[in-house]
Amino acid sequence: MAPILSIADLTVSFSQPDRSIFAVRQVSLAVAARECVAIVGESGSGKTQIFMAAMGLLAGNAAAQGSVRFEGSETLGAPAPRLNRIRGSKLTMVFQDPMTSLTPHLKIGIQLAEVLVCHAGKSWSEARIDARRMLERVRVPDPARRLNQYPHELSGGLRQRVTIGMSLLCEPLLVIADEPTTALDVTVQAQIIDLLRAMREEVGMALVLISHDLGVVAGLADRILVMYAGRIVESADSAELFRDPRHPYTAALLKCIPSLSGPRLERLPTLPGQPPQPSDLLDGCAFAPRCPRAAERCRVERPLLRDAGDAIENGGARRVACHFPLSP
Amino acid sequence: MNSLVADAARRLRSNPGAVCALFVTAGLVALALFGPGFNPNGSETLDWLHVASQPALQSAHWFGTDRLGRDLFARTLEGTRVSLAVGVVASAVSLSVGISYGAVAGYVGGRTDHVMMRIIEILSGLPLIFFVIFLTVIFGRSESLLFLSIGAVGWLTMARIVRGQTMSIRGREFIEAAVASGAGTARIIAKHVIPNIIGPVIVYATLTVPQIIMFESFLSFLGLGIQEPHASLGTLIAEGAGEMEAAPWILLVPGGFLAVLLLALNIFGDGLRDALDVKER
Repeated sequence: MAPILSIADLTVSFSQPDRSIFAVRQVSLAVAARECVAIVGESGSGKTQIFMAAMGLLAGNAAAQGSVRFEGSETLGAPAPRLNRIRGSKLTMVFQDPMTSLTPHLKIGIQLAEVLVCHAGKSWSEARIDARRMLERVRVPDPARRLNQYPHELSGGLRQRVTIGMSLLCEPLLVIADEPTTALDVTVQAQIIDLLRAMREEVGMALVLISHDLGVVAGLADRILVMYAGRIVESADSAELFRDPRHPYTAALLKCIPSLSGPRLERLPTLPGQPPQPSDLLDGCAFAPRCPRAAERCRVERPLLRDAGDAIENGGARRVACHFPLSP
Repeated sequence: MNSLVADAARRLRSNPGAVCALFVTAGLVALALFGPGFNPNGSETLDWLHVASQPALQSAHWFGTDRLGRDLFARTLEGTRVSLAVGVVASAVSLSVGISYGAVAGYVGGRTDHVMMRIIEILSGLPLIFFVIFLTVIFGRSESLLFLSIGAVGWLTMARIVRGQTMSIRGREFIEAAVASGAGTARIIAKHVIPNIIGPVIVYATLTVPQIIMFESFLSFLGLGIQEPHASLGTLIAEGAGEMEAAPWILLVPGGFLAVLLLALNIFGDGLRDALDVKER
């Protein structure tokens, strides 16, 4: 089946007066219908910028090369009117901080209905009824009252439910959730993840989950892409990635997750060193300076993302960018 | 917004100066609108028996007459009405031009913003007085044109304020979310940007009204504004200034009205700013 979103060789750079900063370097990925793909990486690894480019939201000084196709048509560099036909209806986004992603002076009902009026051509009264129904579906208690409230009258968790509801109003094909739980506290995080899971079953949209937290994506994602310094370093089915990580960076990340069972550690394990500056042009593997397995070859020749050796028996989903991957 | 307005209203009510100023302003407006109905003297009727007579409550002319025998009370009320109208209309013109210009410049940014701001700088480099004089010379003297031309030069500061406010919220996440929801630029500016910056804009607008009244009085004082037989406070003051030694009330009555009106509007504007200012909470 043809993927809904396919990104090929995407490079995003930001020009500064004295240099260029590369946030995303030659990333290729595809999202199939109804699939949930998680993009995991630390701050600055470029995970958000990939989708900012896909939605035409890049900052003014950014340049993007490559190709982003949504339902077969190119969105990179597409004119705003054409983007506006898909943004908000077929391709939607949930932002990190629900405190700031709702317009403060507009009532919830108006903000939700506006999406339907704009994209589905409904009248305001019809749109309002649909908005109330959507609030029910995203489990907002007392939806009729919420419609007449302002964003600041709602708690963070409720607001994120509202933004998720807003993203689903026009039955999207793909929802991009950019760290949807990061600004919320832990118990609410779990509720929001449950909600996203339930909505996937109900609505059947594909979901891209951007996160720095492997724990958040573990139960939700079908496939996980691990990013480091602007590149994808490993791609695997969710369960397999946790069972046997191949890239040393993924393995190190997994070790950093504190476990509830097992011996209590004095200190959490950490990764020594810093990720490379995004302005550096590297010959070798970006992770080499921090990698326990790095050899001379890693510093001079950049490893490409290729099928791991056991690809056939695992269905071909496994890809890793490492000269010396961990063995299963 | 409701709670914001209610909150601001409560804070305004607890400010005695502002409440006083509001009542004084409302009183003057009511007087200017309805006062002539209670005054038997028309503003253009000449009373040859009482030329330049002193103010006296028991006579027919409460505030006296000018040197043509016209009732000063009637003329002052007409002047107040005209001055208020100039203030309101010209503020509305500068408000609408300033908001749309500033919001577009601030939101679109980049080269558009550059060009638009340079235009503002060029315009504000021109002496306002000459600009208004040019406009009245080219298009002739009419009251509506005077309203428009004062408004047309008054929008520059408003546009700057709106641009600054717009830039400060342009980077906010809800604007990005609106873009990601497929809203066009015009819709975002009209629905998501302008309502968010309206607080400081309203405050500035209330402070613009007295400025513009002052400016109009100044133009009229120079003889460029409202023409006889119509009167604004400025023309009345200009007339009174000529008779200052012999009949000081011809100057003092309209002058007093102008002073009280400006004071009340300024105090009210300050009170409104304090009430709406989020920073002082």
